[in-house]
Amino acid sequence: MMKSKPDEEDYWNSSKFKAFTFDDEDDEFSRLKESKQAVNSIRRLVEEDDDEDDVEKVSWSGEPVGSISWSVRETAASNQRTDREPAFPKINADTPTVSRSHSGYSLSSLFKGKTKTGSFQFSDSLSDSSVRLYAPELRKPKSEYKDYVSDWSPEETVHRMQQGKAVSLEKFRSLQDKLLLLDFSISAHDGNVITAVLIYLKRTLSKEVLFRELESRQTALRHFIHYLTETRDQRLLLELLRALGRTEDIALLQYKEHLSIADENKRRDFLKSCLSLPFSPEDSAHVQDHYTLLERQIIIEATDRQAERGGKVEIFQKFPRRASILNMPLITTLYYCCFYHYTESEGTYSSPLNVRQTFRISEKQFFVTALAARAKLKAWVDVDALFTSRNWLGFTRKKSPLGFHRVVDILQKNSAPTQVLQEYVGLVDDAELRISLAQKHKCHDIIINTYRDLKDRQQLLGYRGKVERGSVEERKINELLDNPQIRWKN
Amino acid sequence: MAAHLSYGRVNLNILREAARKELREFLDKCSGSKAIVWDEYLTGPFGLIAQYSLLKEHEVEKMFTLKSGRLPSADVKNIIFFVRPRLELMDIIAENVFSEDKLHSSREFHILFVPRRSMLCEQRLKEQGVLGSFINIDEYILDLIPYDGDLLSMEYESAFRECYLENDQTSLYHTAKGLMTLQALYGTIPQIYGKGECARHVANMMLRMKREFAGSQNQILPVFDTLLLLDRNVDLLTPLATQLTYEGLIDEIYGINNGYVKLPPEKFAQKKQGEASKDLPTEPKKLQLNSAEELYAEIRDKNFNAVGAALSKKAKIISAAFEERHNAKTVGEIKQFVSQLPHMQAARSSLANHTSIAELIKDITTSEAFFDNLTVEQEFMTGVDTDKVNTYIEDCIAQKDPLIKILRLVCMQSVCNNGLKQKVFDYYKREILQTYGYEHILTLNNLEKGGLLKPQTSSRNNYPTIRKTLKLWMEDANEQNPNDISYVYSGYAPLSIRLTQVLARPGWRSIEEVLKMLPGPHFEERQQLPAGLHKKRQQGENRTTLVFFLGGVTYAEIAALRFLSQMEDSGMEYIIATTKLINGTTWIKSLMDRPECQTP
Repeated sequence: MMKSKPDEEDYWNSSKFKAFTFDDEDDEFSRLKESKQAVNSIRRLVEEDDDEDDVEKVSWSGEPVGSISWSVRETAASNQRTDREPAFPKINADTPTVSRSHSGYSLSSLFKGKTKTGSFQFSDSLSDSSVRLYAPELRKPKSEYKDYVSDWSPEETVHRMQQGKAVSLEKFRSLQDKLLLLDFSISAHDGNVITAVLIYLKRTLSKEVLFRELESRQTALRHFIHYLTETRDQRLLLELLRALGRTEDIALLQYKEHLSIADENKRRDFLKSCLSLPFSPEDSAHVQDHYTLLERQIIIEATDRQAERGGKVEIFQKFPRRASILNMPLITTLYYCCFYHYTESEGTYSSPLNVRQTFRISEKQFFVTALAARAKLKAWVDVDALFTSRNWLGFTRKKSPLGFHRVVDILQKNSAPTQVLQEYVGLVDDAELRISLAQKHKCHDIIINTYRDLKDRQQLLGYRGKVERGSVEERKINELLDNPQIRWKN
Repeated sequence: MAAHLSYGRVNLNILREAARKELREFLDKCSGSKAIVWDEYLTGPFGLIAQYSLLKEHEVEKMFTLKSGRLPSADVKNIIFFVRPRLELMDIIAENVFSEDKLHSSREFHILFVPRRSMLCEQRLKEQGVLGSFINIDEYILDLIPYDGDLLSMEYESAFRECYLENDQTSLYHTAKGLMTLQALYGTIPQIYGKGECARHVANMMLRMKREFAGSQNQILPVFDTLLLLDRNVDLLTPLATQLTYEGLIDEIYGINNGYVKLPPEKFAQKKQGEASKDLPTEPKKLQLNSAEELYAEIRDKNFNAVGAALSKKAKIISAAFEERHNAKTVGEIKQFVSQLPHMQAARSSLANHTSIAELIKDITTSEAFFDNLTVEQEFMTGVDTDKVNTYIEDCIAQKDPLIKILRLVCMQSVCNNGLKQKVFDYYKREILQTYGYEHILTLNNLEKGGLLKPQTSSRNNYPTIRKTLKLWMEDANEQNPNDISYVYSGYAPLSIRLTQVLARPGWRSIEEVLKMLPGPHFEERQQLPAGLHKKRQQGENRTTLVFFLGGVTYAEIAALRFLSQMEDSGMEYIIATTKLINGTTWIKSLMDRPECQTP
């Protein structure tokens, strides 16, 4: 529940907390206005030669002319100018360009190679004995890079790799040499080098030995895990994690796979297979829910699509579905069910009550969602019932698990008429909040009654000036003001 | 073009010039006419180094964006690929080269890797059978890019994620390399301080690299007195808070990218007299933001509440300057006035832009939603009810506010409570998954690994101690005429900057206890200077510290450091370097799994 209002006020008044406000709001606004006016008046003054007023030349799109990104478009466009408007050069955007989301040069971005036909893997290509891991130095004449077979120590080798020079790892045959090589690469902190060494070790060591050695080298281990992830070597990765006993990681990694499955039935089956994975107890419950939800969505989607096509169910005709419910979050699904399947008995998959129970949705969430859905349909009777249905002792007073000001907010967002709003504004506990809401939504009665209850004659007098002359409201205020039985406080 | 880089205490234009020189050298290596094929991501950072004109001078005639398929036709001798060393880009390049050969193969190919060449990428090119087609394969070391007169950025977005989630230290290696380049240009930095695991690694690498170059002594008089390396995870709180400086708010609301911001065009429509506003521009207005613009340099670091006054003051000055024309009677006076017109008009247009931006921002900062959000942030930062489920967060979830907003708040509560109570943690987690989708289990796990959102492990919450000792909350932050760095968040003094401030005076020894509560080691190292390079300091001369934020820094933190530089009695000037300029939103996004999948 919301912090009760008086509390909150106390808190503000006493408060050391400074909220971010313009302490002198009008003044501040007028200042901005002022500088704007100044700007405008100056503009008039210098209108004649206004054309070249920017320091920097700026193209139509706003980028300075001559900047690289502008020029890329410009020069590329001049190539194909025939088929586009000359004014807005842009490169052809048909083919998606490279993703910009990851910056930089790092392991996490190194391995996203497009897999060619079949599954491409480094190990495969490297095991080809003719291929060596070396980088030719193209700056030098060709004859010079024959010396990559020279006899470098592990440390020197790592050093050369860091500088992008030619090296051969093949000559490190003993386990001890290989581990030295690995350790030097780790202490160099260069991911590129560490990974290169790991690829070599992966090819030349048995899994058991490699896993064992990696366990005591956490940095190398994470690089290796990352490498396997990016090259999608799921099988070896899972083996590795299992050997390390990192069961939760395995579970999450497996689970993540579902994101790349587009077909809903396959995705559901995959999620089902995830249920037995060793998640933490909390996550395990969430994954179970995820599976149950998708399973249900598939059933609901099939039924509703048919109903919609059949054209016999009124609600689907009046409010055609805008998107499929598949893969939507739980609360969205609940909203959907409250919208299209509100009155269904608890036995069906699409019944809101059933959804609520199955997924242990909190009272508040359920309430907010149902309220929004029924308000959207302008089903005010249902809205009303939401508040009174829990009234099993025969009370007529409305109750709500969330503050009535929030209720008003939700109703208003769904464009409820004033009569409906008025009812709920009147139920707001805090007098001041009630008045401000009432003013916002023009609920005169509530304002008048509240001032009466507060015995605030001055406010009431003031409000009389705001209502229409000769209206019901004005008459009511006059009656109250003339009432000798009220003991006004002012 | 980049004069603003040389105004500061340290002339960062030297670094830019060095980068430009290297670029020219590479271009000249490929003699004849050229076309550049760009990895699109690189155009932003490169724009900070060079304009098209420089490339043109070196016979670059065409520029294209890298994409699969056939290269556009261009009558040039050389095709140069400017790319990051990423495998998927190699596949595209291979495709380009293949489809070219079938046509007519008189064009020569080159690759420039930025910032490093990679054996794995070259290996990939070889497998694809195109490695032999390249005449030049080179690297262009672009580690630290001069961003402004006192600011360097690596523009390395995923550094935090790589360091703290994936334990991939490649970004640290680049950091160390970049610092070595910097020392080559500006002299050895005699003192190194640091806090955090990554800081320790970087310092170690720097010291080792120096040993390896032991033969060649650096004979440049040191410009920097001190280097301070700070891990972002030492201060997870600051980026989560909403920045309240002018520049910070521009970044929070519109996002500043490689020094540019895109703004909604409506407020910038130039309405000329007698002209109906028929064609309003529909494309966003793009503006460059840096200290080259006098007015921006003046107001960028102010608390937003002080921006209105500054703008109106400026408006009066400019109006007065234009009024001068009435006083110009003689031909000489008129000439004088006219000669000043271009400058005045630039100032006028700058004022117009910033007045419009301030109006846009003000619409948001005066909204109820902004106010409520800020109230909750401030409650958390002062330690109010951080151990309970917060009603505001609950309501925001119920009305499906953007997930990142929710995550920022929940993480903040967790950080301010040294982890959430298990019950609270579970509750938030369930609400988030139910409302935004179960697949976000993955994101929540990432945040947990990164230490931003976690259940409480020990019963002791040490955040209050840290807050009190470092004075992270100041009761009456003065927004108009600040006397403390806390003005940048209207009350909250960023932890990272407090650490910097205390280091300068009275020194970290005074806060040993707090330093132990924060993650990672703290340390001090000295680098020997050759005899004769020891600075003889003038009386009252300021010292210069380079503060390096590993994992990102916010504009508000930069503002706070600039404020410290300007304080009369601080005796210290700060230059700032970072892996990337971040805010809470971009930061959280970089930690999400498949952020593009999130429900809107």
